[in-house]
Amino acid sequence: MSVLVVVEHDRGTLAPATLEALAAARSLGEPVHAITIGAAADGLVAELAAHGASVVVQAHHDLLSDYGPEAWGDTVAQLVTQLSPTAVIATGTDRGNEVMAHVAAIADLPMVANCLSFTPGAPWQITRVRWGGSLLEQCELQAPIALLTTSHHAIEAAESPVEVTIQAFEPVLDAALARTVVVDRVERAAGVTLATAPVVVGGGRGVGSPDGFGQLEELAALLGGVVGCSRAVTNNGWRNHTDQVGQTGTRIAPDLYFACGISGAIQHWVGAMASKNILAINTDPEANMVTKADYAVIGDLHQVIPAISAEIRRRRGI
Amino acid sequence: MRVLVCVKRVPAPGAKINIAADGQSVDTAYLAFTTSPHEECAVEEAVQLIERHGGEATVLTLGPGEAEDQVRYAASLGIAKGVLLPTDGTDWDPQRTAAAIASAVSAIEAVDGPFDIILFGNESADSGGFQVGVRVARALGRPIVNGIKGIDVGDGTLSAQRESEAGLEVYVLPMPVVLGVKEGINLPRYPTLKGRLASKKAPVDQVSPVAEPGGQHLVTLLPATEQVSATTILGHGPDAAAAVVDVLVELGVLK
Repeated sequence: MSVLVVVEHDRGTLAPATLEALAAARSLGEPVHAITIGAAADGLVAELAAHGASVVVQAHHDLLSDYGPEAWGDTVAQLVTQLSPTAVIATGTDRGNEVMAHVAAIADLPMVANCLSFTPGAPWQITRVRWGGSLLEQCELQAPIALLTTSHHAIEAAESPVEVTIQAFEPVLDAALARTVVVDRVERAAGVTLATAPVVVGGGRGVGSPDGFGQLEELAALLGGVVGCSRAVTNNGWRNHTDQVGQTGTRIAPDLYFACGISGAIQHWVGAMASKNILAINTDPEANMVTKADYAVIGDLHQVIPAISAEIRRRRGI
Repeated sequence: MRVLVCVKRVPAPGAKINIAADGQSVDTAYLAFTTSPHEECAVEEAVQLIERHGGEATVLTLGPGEAEDQVRYAASLGIAKGVLLPTDGTDWDPQRTAAAIASAVSAIEAVDGPFDIILFGNESADSGGFQVGVRVARALGRPIVNGIKGIDVGDGTLSAQRESEAGLEVYVLPMPVVLGVKEGINLPRYPTLKGRLASKKAPVDQVSPVAEPGGQHLVTLLPATEQVSATTILGHGPDAAAAVVDVLVELGVLK
Protein backbone atom coordinates (compact mmCIF):
# COMPACT_ATOMS: atom_id res chain seq x y z
CA MET A 1 0.00 0.00 0.00
CA SER A 2 1.12 3.55 -0.57
CA VAL A 3 0.05 7.17 -0.76
CA LEU A 4 0.97 9.24 -3.80
CA VAL A 5 1.75 12.96 -3.58
CA VAL A 6 1.67 15.12 -6.69
CA VAL A 7 4.60 17.53 -6.39
CA GLU A 8 3.76 21.05 -7.50
CA HIS A 9 6.67 22.95 -8.92
CA ASP A 10 7.26 25.76 -11.36
CA ARG A 11 10.13 24.99 -13.73
CA GLY A 12 11.89 23.13 -10.91
CA THR A 13 11.07 25.50 -8.05
CA LEU A 14 9.07 23.64 -5.40
CA ALA A 15 5.73 25.14 -4.36
CA PRO A 16 5.78 25.31 -0.53
CA ALA A 17 2.24 23.86 -0.40
CA THR A 18 3.72 20.55 -1.59
CA LEU A 19 5.39 20.10 1.81
CA GLU A 20 1.95 20.41 3.44
CA ALA A 21 0.60 17.74 1.08
CA LEU A 22 3.52 15.50 2.10
CA ALA A 23 2.72 16.02 5.79
CA ALA A 24 -0.92 15.13 5.10
CA ALA A 25 0.19 11.99 3.21
CA ARG A 26 2.50 10.87 6.05
CA SER A 27 -0.40 11.02 8.50
CA LEU A 28 -1.95 8.02 6.69
CA GLY A 29 0.91 5.82 7.91
CA GLU A 30 1.75 4.25 4.55
CA PRO A 31 4.89 4.66 2.43
CA VAL A 32 4.77 8.03 0.66
CA HIS A 33 5.54 8.15 -3.05
CA ALA A 34 6.00 11.56 -4.66
CA ILE A 35 5.77 12.18 -8.39
CA THR A 36 7.78 15.00 -9.93
CA ILE A 37 6.71 15.92 -13.44
CA GLY A 38 9.33 16.96 -15.97
CA ALA A 39 13.14 16.82 -15.88
CA ALA A 40 13.25 20.35 -14.45
CA ALA A 41 12.07 18.89 -11.12
CA ASP A 42 14.75 16.16 -10.88
CA GLY A 43 16.68 18.23 -8.35
CA LEU A 44 13.89 18.09 -5.75
CA VAL A 45 14.64 14.55 -4.49
CA ALA A 46 16.54 15.55 -1.34
CA GLU A 47 13.91 18.05 -0.21
CA LEU A 48 11.08 15.57 -0.79
CA ALA A 49 12.93 12.81 1.10
CA ALA A 50 13.53 15.22 3.98
CA HIS A 51 9.75 15.59 4.20
CA GLY A 52 9.04 11.87 4.17
CA ALA A 53 8.89 10.73 0.53
CA SER A 54 10.48 7.26 0.46
CA VAL A 55 10.02 6.89 -3.30
CA VAL A 56 10.38 9.75 -5.76
CA VAL A 57 8.95 8.94 -9.18
CA GLN A 58 10.49 11.13 -11.87
CA ALA A 59 8.20 11.43 -14.89
CA HIS A 60 10.00 12.38 -18.09
CA HIS A 61 8.54 13.12 -21.51
CA ASP A 62 9.06 15.75 -24.19
CA LEU A 63 5.58 17.15 -23.45
CA LEU A 64 6.52 17.71 -19.81
CA SER A 65 9.00 20.51 -20.49
CA ASP A 66 6.68 23.08 -18.87
CA TYR A 67 3.33 23.11 -17.09
CA GLY A 68 0.42 21.64 -19.05
CA PRO A 69 -2.74 20.62 -17.19
CA GLU A 70 -3.78 17.85 -19.57
CA ALA A 71 -0.31 16.28 -19.91
CA TRP A 72 0.27 16.49 -16.13
CA GLY A 73 -3.16 14.96 -15.47
CA ASP A 74 -2.56 12.08 -17.89
CA THR A 75 0.86 11.44 -16.36
CA VAL A 76 -0.46 11.21 -12.82
CA ALA A 77 -3.47 9.12 -13.90
CA GLN A 78 -1.17 6.57 -15.54
CA LEU A 79 0.98 6.27 -12.45
CA VAL A 80 -2.16 5.89 -10.31
CA THR A 81 -3.26 2.96 -12.48
CA GLN A 82 0.16 1.34 -12.12
CA LEU A 83 0.65 2.01 -8.40
CA SER A 84 -2.96 1.71 -7.17
CA PRO A 85 -2.34 3.85 -4.07
CA THR A 86 -4.76 4.26 -1.16
CA ALA A 87 -4.90 7.98 -1.81
CA VAL A 88 -3.51 10.63 -4.12
CA ILE A 89 -2.85 14.01 -2.51
CA ALA A 90 -2.12 17.28 -4.30
CA THR A 91 -1.88 20.92 -3.26
CA GLY A 92 -5.11 22.93 -2.98
CA THR A 93 -3.75 25.57 -5.32
CA ASP A 94 -4.70 26.61 -8.86
CA ARG A 95 -2.37 24.04 -10.37
CA GLY A 96 -2.88 21.31 -7.77
CA ASN A 97 -6.66 21.41 -7.99
CA GLU A 98 -6.52 21.60 -11.78
CA VAL A 99 -4.24 18.58 -12.21
CA MET A 100 -6.24 16.54 -9.70
CA ALA A 101 -9.48 17.40 -11.54
CA HIS A 102 -7.96 15.90 -14.68
CA VAL A 103 -6.90 12.78 -12.80
CA ALA A 104 -10.42 12.47 -11.36
CA ALA A 105 -12.04 12.91 -14.77
CA ILE A 106 -9.74 10.36 -16.45
CA ALA A 107 -10.14 7.77 -13.68
CA ASP A 108 -13.85 8.59 -13.16
CA LEU A 109 -13.23 8.93 -9.44
CA PRO A 110 -14.59 11.51 -7.01
CA MET A 111 -12.21 14.28 -5.93
CA VAL A 112 -12.45 16.30 -2.74
CA ALA A 113 -10.80 19.72 -3.01
CA ASN A 114 -9.28 21.84 -0.25
CA CYS A 115 -9.39 19.38 2.65
CA LEU A 116 -8.54 20.47 6.19
CA SER A 117 -8.50 16.99 7.72
CA PHE A 118 -9.50 13.44 6.83
CA THR A 119 -9.88 9.96 8.27
CA PRO A 120 -9.58 7.02 5.88
CA GLY A 121 -12.24 4.33 5.85
CA ALA A 122 -15.30 3.21 3.97
CA PRO A 123 -16.37 5.91 3.62
CA TRP A 124 -13.59 8.41 4.30
CA GLN A 125 -14.62 11.20 6.68
CA ILE A 126 -13.39 14.55 5.45
CA THR A 127 -13.58 18.19 6.52
CA ARG A 128 -13.05 20.68 3.71
CA VAL A 129 -13.41 24.42 3.18
CA ARG A 130 -16.22 26.18 1.35
CA TRP A 131 -16.71 29.85 0.58
CA GLY A 132 -12.97 30.36 0.43
CA GLY A 133 -12.65 29.30 4.08
CA SER A 134 -15.57 31.00 5.79
CA LEU A 135 -17.66 27.83 5.97
CA LEU A 136 -16.66 24.20 6.53
CA GLU A 137 -18.17 21.08 5.03
CA GLN A 138 -18.07 17.61 6.53
CA CYS A 139 -18.42 15.04 3.79
CA GLU A 140 -18.07 11.35 3.17
CA LEU A 141 -16.03 9.98 0.32
CA GLN A 142 -16.78 6.56 -1.10
CA ALA A 143 -14.02 5.63 -3.54
CA PRO A 144 -11.48 2.86 -4.23
CA ILE A 145 -8.76 5.51 -4.38
CA ALA A 146 -9.21 8.81 -2.52
CA LEU A 147 -8.26 11.88 -4.58
CA LEU A 148 -7.71 14.83 -2.25
CA THR A 149 -6.18 18.27 -2.31
CA THR A 150 -5.09 19.97 0.89
CA SER A 151 -6.22 23.48 1.77
CA HIS A 152 -3.15 25.74 1.77
CA HIS A 153 -1.89 26.59 5.32
CA ALA A 154 -4.28 24.05 6.95
CA ILE A 155 -1.73 21.32 7.55
CA GLU A 156 1.69 22.17 8.88
CA ALA A 157 4.74 21.09 6.87
CA ALA A 158 7.37 19.28 8.93
CA GLU A 159 10.65 17.54 8.21
CA SER A 160 10.62 13.75 8.58
CA PRO A 161 13.67 12.42 6.74
CA VAL A 162 13.60 8.96 5.16
CA GLU A 163 15.81 6.84 2.86
CA VAL A 164 14.73 7.54 -0.68
CA THR A 165 14.56 5.46 -3.85
CA ILE A 166 14.31 7.14 -7.26
CA GLN A 167 12.15 5.56 -9.95
CA ALA A 168 11.97 6.67 -13.59
CA PHE A 169 8.54 6.84 -15.17
CA GLU A 170 7.77 7.48 -18.81
CA PRO A 171 4.07 8.14 -19.44
CA VAL A 172 2.47 7.50 -22.82
CA LEU A 173 1.21 10.90 -23.91
CA ASP A 174 -0.72 11.78 -27.06
CA ALA A 175 1.21 14.42 -29.03
CA ALA A 176 -2.08 16.39 -29.23
CA LEU A 177 -1.75 17.26 -25.53
CA ALA A 178 0.84 19.87 -26.54
CA ARG A 179 -2.28 22.03 -27.04
CA THR A 180 -2.46 22.85 -23.33
CA VAL A 181 1.24 23.23 -22.55
CA VAL A 182 2.37 26.80 -21.75
CA VAL A 183 3.84 28.28 -24.94
CA ASP A 184 5.09 31.57 -23.57
CA ARG A 185 5.43 33.38 -20.27
CA VAL A 186 5.68 37.07 -19.53
CA GLU A 187 7.59 37.26 -16.24
CA ARG A 188 6.27 39.57 -13.57
CA ALA A 189 8.29 42.70 -12.95
CA ALA A 190 10.32 42.52 -9.75
CA GLY A 191 9.07 44.50 -6.77
CA VAL A 192 6.55 44.40 -3.96
CA THR A 193 3.26 42.76 -4.91
CA LEU A 194 -0.07 42.71 -3.13
CA ALA A 195 0.54 39.09 -2.10
CA THR A 196 3.97 39.79 -0.60
CA ALA A 197 3.76 43.41 0.64
CA PRO A 198 4.58 43.99 4.34
CA VAL A 199 1.91 46.70 4.52
CA VAL A 200 -1.33 46.87 2.53
CA VAL A 201 -3.56 49.94 2.60
CA GLY A 202 -6.96 48.72 1.45
CA GLY A 203 -9.92 50.86 0.47
CA GLY A 204 -13.58 49.97 0.10
CA ARG A 205 -16.79 51.61 -1.00
CA GLY A 206 -16.20 54.25 1.68
CA VAL A 207 -13.33 55.73 -0.35
CA GLY A 208 -16.06 57.06 -2.61
CA SER A 209 -14.25 57.57 -5.92
CA PRO A 210 -11.15 56.61 -7.91
CA ASP A 211 -9.51 59.90 -6.89
CA GLY A 212 -10.15 59.15 -3.22
CA PHE A 213 -7.43 56.49 -3.43
CA GLY A 214 -4.75 59.18 -3.72
CA GLN A 215 -4.63 59.49 0.08
CA LEU A 216 -4.26 55.71 0.40
CA GLU A 217 -1.46 55.68 -2.19
CA GLU A 218 0.38 58.35 -0.22
CA LEU A 219 0.16 56.43 3.06
CA ALA A 220 1.20 53.16 1.36
CA ALA A 221 4.23 54.87 -0.19
CA LEU A 222 5.34 56.24 3.20
CA LEU A 223 5.27 52.70 4.63
CA GLY A 224 6.77 50.84 1.66
CA GLY A 225 3.45 49.13 1.07
CA VAL A 226 0.87 48.83 -1.68
CA VAL A 227 -2.80 49.72 -2.14
CA GLY A 228 -5.50 47.08 -2.20
CA CYS A 229 -9.27 47.29 -2.47
CA SER A 230 -12.54 45.45 -2.03
CA ARG A 231 -14.69 43.84 -4.71
CA ALA A 232 -17.18 46.73 -4.52
CA VAL A 233 -14.36 49.00 -5.70
CA THR A 234 -13.33 46.85 -8.69
CA ASN A 235 -16.99 46.30 -9.64
CA ASN A 236 -17.38 50.08 -9.76
CA GLY A 237 -14.36 50.30 -12.03
CA TRP A 238 -12.46 52.52 -9.52
CA ARG A 239 -9.42 50.22 -9.39
CA ASN A 240 -8.02 47.39 -11.49
CA HIS A 241 -8.95 43.85 -10.46
CA THR A 242 -5.27 43.13 -9.76
CA ASP A 243 -5.67 45.31 -6.63
CA GLN A 244 -8.62 43.31 -5.27
CA VAL A 245 -8.20 41.57 -1.92
CA GLY A 246 -10.68 38.74 -1.48
CA GLN A 247 -11.99 35.32 -2.35
CA THR A 248 -11.91 36.08 -6.06
CA GLY A 249 -8.94 38.42 -5.84
CA THR A 250 -5.61 38.19 -4.03
CA ARG A 251 -5.09 36.64 -0.60
CA ILE A 252 -2.80 38.86 1.41
CA ALA A 253 -0.70 38.22 4.52
CA PRO A 254 1.02 41.52 5.42
CA ASP A 255 2.39 42.52 8.82
CA LEU A 256 -0.27 45.23 8.85
CA TYR A 257 -3.45 45.66 6.84
CA PHE A 258 -5.16 49.06 6.94
CA ALA A 259 -8.81 48.40 6.05
CA CYS A 260 -10.24 51.80 5.17
CA GLY A 261 -13.96 52.24 4.55
CA ILE A 262 -14.37 48.48 4.15
CA SER A 263 -17.41 46.81 5.73
CA GLY A 264 -15.77 43.38 5.90
CA ALA A 265 -18.06 41.15 3.83
CA ILE A 266 -17.05 37.48 3.75
CA GLN A 267 -15.82 37.79 0.17
CA HIS A 268 -13.26 40.36 1.37
CA TRP A 269 -12.54 38.90 4.79
CA VAL A 270 -11.31 35.54 3.50
CA GLY A 271 -8.71 37.38 1.41
CA ALA A 272 -7.55 39.52 4.35
CA MET A 273 -7.79 37.14 7.32
CA ALA A 274 -4.19 35.94 7.07
CA SER A 275 -2.94 39.47 7.84
CA LYS A 276 -0.86 39.50 11.03
CA ASN A 277 -2.48 42.71 12.24
CA ILE A 278 -5.52 44.59 10.98
CA LEU A 279 -6.23 48.28 11.61
CA ALA A 280 -9.69 49.36 10.49
CA ILE A 281 -10.70 52.93 9.76
CA ASN A 282 -14.45 53.25 9.51
CA THR A 283 -17.26 55.62 10.44
CA ASP A 284 -19.33 52.65 11.64
CA PRO A 285 -18.07 51.14 14.93
CA GLU A 286 -20.31 48.10 14.32
CA ALA A 287 -18.87 47.26 10.87
CA ASN A 288 -17.64 43.65 10.57
CA MET A 289 -14.18 44.86 9.71
CA VAL A 290 -13.99 46.96 12.89
CA THR A 291 -15.15 44.15 15.20
CA LYS A 292 -12.70 41.70 13.61
CA ALA A 293 -9.75 44.11 13.55
CA ASP A 294 -6.96 44.30 16.14
CA TYR A 295 -7.05 48.10 16.08
CA ALA A 296 -9.61 50.60 14.89
CA VAL A 297 -10.08 54.30 14.39
CA ILE A 298 -13.68 55.46 14.24
CA GLY A 299 -13.95 58.29 11.78
CA ASP A 300 -13.94 59.48 8.20
CA LEU A 301 -11.01 57.94 6.35
CA HIS A 302 -10.63 61.12 4.27
CA GLN A 303 -9.69 62.98 7.46
CA VAL A 304 -7.93 60.20 9.33
CA ILE A 305 -5.55 58.98 6.59
CA PRO A 306 -4.03 62.41 5.77
CA ALA A 307 -3.57 62.97 9.51
CA ILE A 308 -1.66 59.66 9.82
CA SER A 309 0.53 60.53 6.81
CA ALA A 310 1.23 63.96 8.28
CA GLU A 311 2.16 62.44 11.66
CA ILE A 312 4.56 59.98 9.99
CA ARG A 313 6.23 62.85 8.13
CA ARG A 314 6.42 64.95 11.28
CA ARG A 315 8.21 62.17 13.19
CA ARG A 316 10.60 61.60 10.31
CA GLY A 317 11.22 65.32 10.04
CA ILE A 318 10.13 65.50 6.37
CA MET B 1 -19.18 31.62 -33.52
CA ARG B 2 -21.15 29.56 -31.01
CA VAL B 3 -20.38 30.15 -27.33
CA LEU B 4 -21.80 28.38 -24.28
CA VAL B 5 -21.38 29.78 -20.79
CA CYS B 6 -22.13 27.62 -17.73
CA VAL B 7 -23.08 29.42 -14.52
CA LYS B 8 -24.11 28.61 -10.96
CA ARG B 9 -26.63 30.37 -8.73
CA VAL B 10 -25.04 31.12 -5.34
CA PRO B 11 -25.91 33.25 -2.30
CA ALA B 12 -24.55 36.79 -2.79
CA PRO B 13 -20.95 36.47 -1.58
CA GLY B 14 -21.09 39.69 0.42
CA ALA B 15 -23.84 38.29 2.61
CA LYS B 16 -23.49 36.76 6.05
CA ILE B 17 -23.97 33.03 5.58
CA ASN B 18 -26.09 31.20 8.16
CA ILE B 19 -26.37 27.43 8.10
CA ALA B 20 -29.89 25.97 7.92
CA ALA B 21 -31.20 23.85 10.82
CA ASP B 22 -30.63 20.59 8.90
CA GLY B 23 -26.96 21.43 8.33
CA GLN B 24 -27.33 20.54 4.64
CA SER B 25 -27.56 23.98 3.16
CA VAL B 26 -27.36 27.65 3.95
CA ASP B 27 -30.40 29.42 5.37
CA THR B 28 -31.78 31.27 2.37
CA ALA B 29 -34.62 33.14 4.07
CA TYR B 30 -32.81 36.48 4.13
CA LEU B 31 -30.32 35.96 1.35
CA ALA B 32 -30.01 37.51 -2.06
CA PHE B 33 -28.76 35.27 -4.84
CA THR B 34 -26.43 36.01 -7.67
CA THR B 35 -24.30 34.42 -10.34
CA SER B 36 -21.02 33.10 -8.90
CA PRO B 37 -18.39 35.88 -9.40
CA HIS B 38 -16.03 34.13 -11.84
CA GLU B 39 -19.07 33.14 -13.89
CA GLU B 40 -20.41 36.71 -14.00
CA CYS B 41 -17.20 37.46 -15.84
CA ALA B 42 -17.64 34.36 -18.02
CA VAL B 43 -21.04 35.71 -19.09
CA GLU B 44 -19.53 39.11 -19.89
CA GLU B 45 -16.75 37.41 -21.86
CA ALA B 46 -19.31 35.40 -23.86
CA VAL B 47 -21.19 38.61 -24.72
CA GLN B 48 -17.94 40.33 -25.78
CA LEU B 49 -16.88 37.34 -27.91
CA ILE B 50 -20.18 37.52 -29.80
CA GLU B 51 -19.89 41.31 -30.16
CA ARG B 52 -16.40 40.93 -31.63
CA HIS B 53 -16.82 37.81 -33.75
CA GLY B 54 -20.57 37.48 -34.39
CA GLY B 55 -22.69 34.41 -33.70
CA GLU B 56 -24.74 33.41 -30.73
CA ALA B 57 -24.23 32.68 -27.05
CA THR B 58 -26.19 30.32 -24.82
CA VAL B 59 -26.20 30.21 -21.02
CA LEU B 60 -26.69 26.95 -19.11
CA THR B 61 -27.19 26.31 -15.43
CA LEU B 62 -27.91 23.32 -13.21
CA GLY B 63 -29.68 24.21 -10.00
CA PRO B 64 -33.03 24.86 -8.35
CA GLY B 65 -35.89 26.21 -10.47
CA GLU B 66 -35.13 29.71 -9.15
CA ALA B 67 -31.82 29.58 -11.05
CA GLU B 68 -33.90 30.74 -14.01
CA ASP B 69 -33.26 34.23 -12.50
CA GLN B 70 -29.55 33.86 -13.28
CA VAL B 71 -30.32 32.58 -16.79
CA ARG B 72 -32.57 35.57 -17.49
CA TYR B 73 -30.02 37.97 -16.00
CA ALA B 74 -27.47 36.63 -18.50
CA ALA B 75 -30.09 37.07 -21.23
CA SER B 76 -30.53 40.71 -20.18
CA LEU B 77 -26.84 41.28 -20.93
CA GLY B 78 -26.93 39.85 -24.45
CA ILE B 79 -26.96 36.06 -24.19
CA ALA B 80 -29.53 34.82 -26.74
CA LYS B 81 -30.81 31.59 -25.18
CA GLY B 82 -30.92 29.77 -21.88
CA VAL B 83 -30.94 26.17 -20.74
CA LEU B 84 -32.01 25.27 -17.21
CA LEU B 85 -31.31 21.83 -15.78
CA PRO B 86 -33.58 21.95 -12.72
CA THR B 87 -32.65 19.93 -9.62
CA ASP B 88 -34.72 19.43 -6.50
CA GLY B 89 -32.59 22.07 -4.79
CA THR B 90 -30.33 19.63 -2.95
CA ASP B 91 -26.55 19.84 -3.21
CA TRP B 92 -25.37 17.90 -6.29
CA ASP B 93 -21.84 16.57 -6.01
CA PRO B 94 -19.33 17.61 -8.68
CA GLN B 95 -19.26 14.27 -10.55
CA ARG B 96 -23.02 14.22 -10.87
CA THR B 97 -23.18 17.90 -11.86
CA ALA B 98 -20.54 17.44 -14.55
CA ALA B 99 -22.14 14.29 -15.95
CA ALA B 100 -25.52 16.03 -16.24
CA ILE B 101 -24.00 19.11 -17.91
CA ALA B 102 -21.89 17.05 -20.34
CA SER B 103 -24.90 15.04 -21.42
CA ALA B 104 -27.04 18.18 -21.84
CA VAL B 105 -24.29 19.84 -23.93
CA SER B 106 -24.01 16.75 -26.16
CA ALA B 107 -27.77 16.77 -26.69
CA ILE B 108 -27.77 20.47 -27.66
CA GLU B 109 -24.80 20.01 -29.99
CA ALA B 110 -26.43 17.00 -31.68
CA VAL B 111 -29.21 19.34 -32.84
CA ASP B 112 -27.53 22.74 -33.25
CA GLY B 113 -23.88 21.86 -33.91
CA PRO B 114 -20.81 22.18 -31.70
CA PHE B 115 -19.96 25.15 -29.51
CA ASP B 116 -16.64 26.72 -30.51
CA ILE B 117 -16.01 27.91 -26.96
CA ILE B 118 -17.50 26.70 -23.68
CA LEU B 119 -16.81 28.93 -20.67
CA PHE B 120 -16.93 27.96 -17.01
CA GLY B 121 -15.97 29.93 -13.92
CA ASN B 122 -12.69 28.77 -12.37
CA GLU B 123 -14.57 27.52 -9.31
CA SER B 124 -17.94 28.22 -7.71
CA ALA B 125 -17.99 30.71 -4.83
CA ASP B 126 -19.96 28.41 -2.54
CA SER B 127 -18.91 24.74 -2.85
CA GLY B 128 -15.58 25.42 -4.61
CA GLY B 129 -15.01 21.89 -5.96
CA PHE B 130 -12.57 23.07 -8.69
CA GLN B 131 -13.50 20.27 -11.11
CA VAL B 132 -16.81 20.53 -12.97
CA GLY B 133 -15.37 22.33 -16.01
CA VAL B 134 -12.49 19.86 -16.31
CA ARG B 135 -14.81 16.86 -16.05
CA VAL B 136 -17.15 18.27 -18.71
CA ALA B 137 -14.22 19.05 -21.05
CA ARG B 138 -12.81 15.54 -20.62
CA ALA B 139 -16.25 13.99 -21.21
CA LEU B 140 -16.56 16.00 -24.45
CA GLY B 141 -12.96 15.20 -25.46
CA ARG B 142 -11.93 18.87 -25.58
CA PRO B 143 -8.95 20.76 -24.22
CA ILE B 144 -9.41 22.93 -21.14
CA VAL B 145 -7.24 25.37 -19.22
CA ASN B 146 -8.39 27.04 -16.00
CA GLY B 147 -7.55 30.41 -14.45
CA ILE B 148 -7.96 32.32 -17.72
CA LYS B 149 -7.75 36.12 -17.57
CA GLY B 150 -7.58 36.94 -21.27
CA ILE B 151 -8.86 35.42 -24.53
CA ASP B 152 -7.84 36.38 -28.09
CA VAL B 153 -9.57 34.44 -30.84
CA GLY B 154 -7.58 33.67 -33.98
CA ASP B 155 -8.33 31.50 -37.00
CA GLY B 156 -9.35 28.10 -35.62
CA THR B 157 -7.23 28.63 -32.51
CA LEU B 158 -7.29 31.00 -29.60
CA SER B 159 -4.69 32.43 -27.30
CA ALA B 160 -5.54 32.38 -23.60
CA GLN B 161 -3.64 34.08 -20.79
CA ARG B 162 -3.40 32.85 -17.24
CA GLU B 163 -1.91 34.65 -14.26
CA SER B 164 0.54 32.68 -12.15
CA GLU B 165 2.87 33.67 -9.36
CA ALA B 166 5.70 33.91 -11.88
CA GLY B 167 3.87 36.01 -14.40
CA LEU B 168 1.46 35.67 -17.30
CA GLU B 169 1.33 32.24 -18.95
CA VAL B 170 0.18 32.03 -22.56
CA TYR B 171 -1.63 29.01 -24.02
CA VAL B 172 -2.57 28.51 -27.67
CA LEU B 173 -5.54 26.19 -27.98
CA PRO B 174 -7.46 24.69 -30.90
CA MET B 175 -11.22 25.19 -31.02
CA PRO B 176 -13.60 23.74 -29.96
CA VAL B 177 -12.27 24.47 -26.52
CA VAL B 178 -13.35 24.78 -22.89
CA LEU B 179 -11.95 27.52 -20.63
CA GLY B 180 -12.28 28.17 -16.89
CA VAL B 181 -12.15 31.94 -16.44
CA LYS B 182 -11.34 34.07 -13.42
CA GLU B 183 -12.75 37.36 -12.24
CA GLY B 184 -10.65 40.21 -13.58
CA ILE B 185 -10.78 39.01 -17.20
CA ASN B 186 -13.22 41.89 -17.76
CA LEU B 187 -15.54 44.25 -15.91
CA PRO B 188 -19.09 42.89 -16.19
CA ARG B 189 -21.62 45.36 -17.54
CA TYR B 190 -25.00 46.13 -16.02
CA PRO B 191 -28.20 45.33 -17.94
CA THR B 192 -29.95 48.08 -19.86
CA LEU B 193 -33.70 48.60 -19.57
CA LYS B 194 -34.06 47.26 -23.11
CA GLY B 195 -32.01 44.21 -22.13
CA ARG B 196 -34.17 43.58 -19.09
CA LEU B 197 -37.34 43.68 -21.16
CA ALA B 198 -35.86 41.41 -23.83
CA SER B 199 -34.72 38.89 -21.21
CA LYS B 200 -38.33 38.23 -20.20
CA LYS B 201 -38.97 36.85 -23.67
CA ALA B 202 -35.67 35.02 -24.14
CA PRO B 203 -36.20 31.31 -24.86
CA VAL B 204 -35.23 29.18 -21.84
CA ASP B 205 -35.36 25.41 -22.33
CA GLN B 206 -35.91 23.25 -19.28
CA VAL B 207 -34.34 19.82 -19.52
CA SER B 208 -34.48 17.40 -16.59
CA PRO B 209 -30.90 16.46 -15.74
CA VAL B 210 -30.13 12.77 -15.47
CA ALA B 211 -26.99 11.59 -13.68
CA GLU B 212 -26.13 9.20 -10.89
CA PRO B 213 -24.72 10.58 -7.63
CA GLY B 214 -20.92 10.49 -7.39
CA GLY B 215 -18.73 9.35 -4.51
CA GLN B 216 -18.69 12.60 -2.48
CA HIS B 217 -21.59 13.01 -0.09
CA LEU B 218 -22.29 16.14 1.98
CA VAL B 219 -22.94 15.31 5.63
CA THR B 220 -23.16 18.73 7.23
CA LEU B 221 -22.01 22.32 6.99
CA LEU B 222 -20.23 23.97 9.91
CA PRO B 223 -19.27 27.54 10.67
CA ALA B 224 -15.52 28.14 10.42
CA THR B 225 -13.83 28.94 13.70
CA GLU B 226 -14.17 32.69 14.00
CA GLN B 227 -11.05 34.66 14.69
CA VAL B 228 -11.93 36.42 17.91
CA SER B 229 -9.88 39.49 18.63
CA ALA B 230 -10.57 42.27 21.05
CA THR B 231 -10.43 45.44 19.01
CA THR B 232 -8.38 48.25 20.51
CA ILE B 233 -10.04 51.54 19.60
CA LEU B 234 -7.19 53.99 19.00
CA GLY B 235 -9.43 57.01 18.89
CA HIS B 236 -11.95 58.99 16.89
CA GLY B 237 -11.22 61.05 13.78
CA PRO B 238 -7.90 62.67 12.84
CA ASP B 239 -6.92 63.10 16.52
CA ALA B 240 -6.18 59.35 16.56
CA ALA B 241 -3.21 59.80 14.18
CA ALA B 242 -0.55 59.90 16.93
CA ALA B 243 -1.89 56.70 18.53
CA VAL B 244 -1.93 55.01 15.10
CA VAL B 245 1.68 55.95 14.43
CA ASP B 246 2.67 54.66 17.88
CA VAL B 247 1.17 51.30 16.84
CA LEU B 248 3.08 51.40 13.54
CA VAL B 249 6.31 51.83 15.48
CA GLU B 250 5.38 49.09 17.95
CA LEU B 251 4.60 46.64 15.11
CA GLY B 252 7.87 47.53 13.38
CA VAL B 253 6.21 48.64 10.15
CA LEU B 254 7.43 52.21 10.53
CA LYS B 255 11.20 52.27 10.48
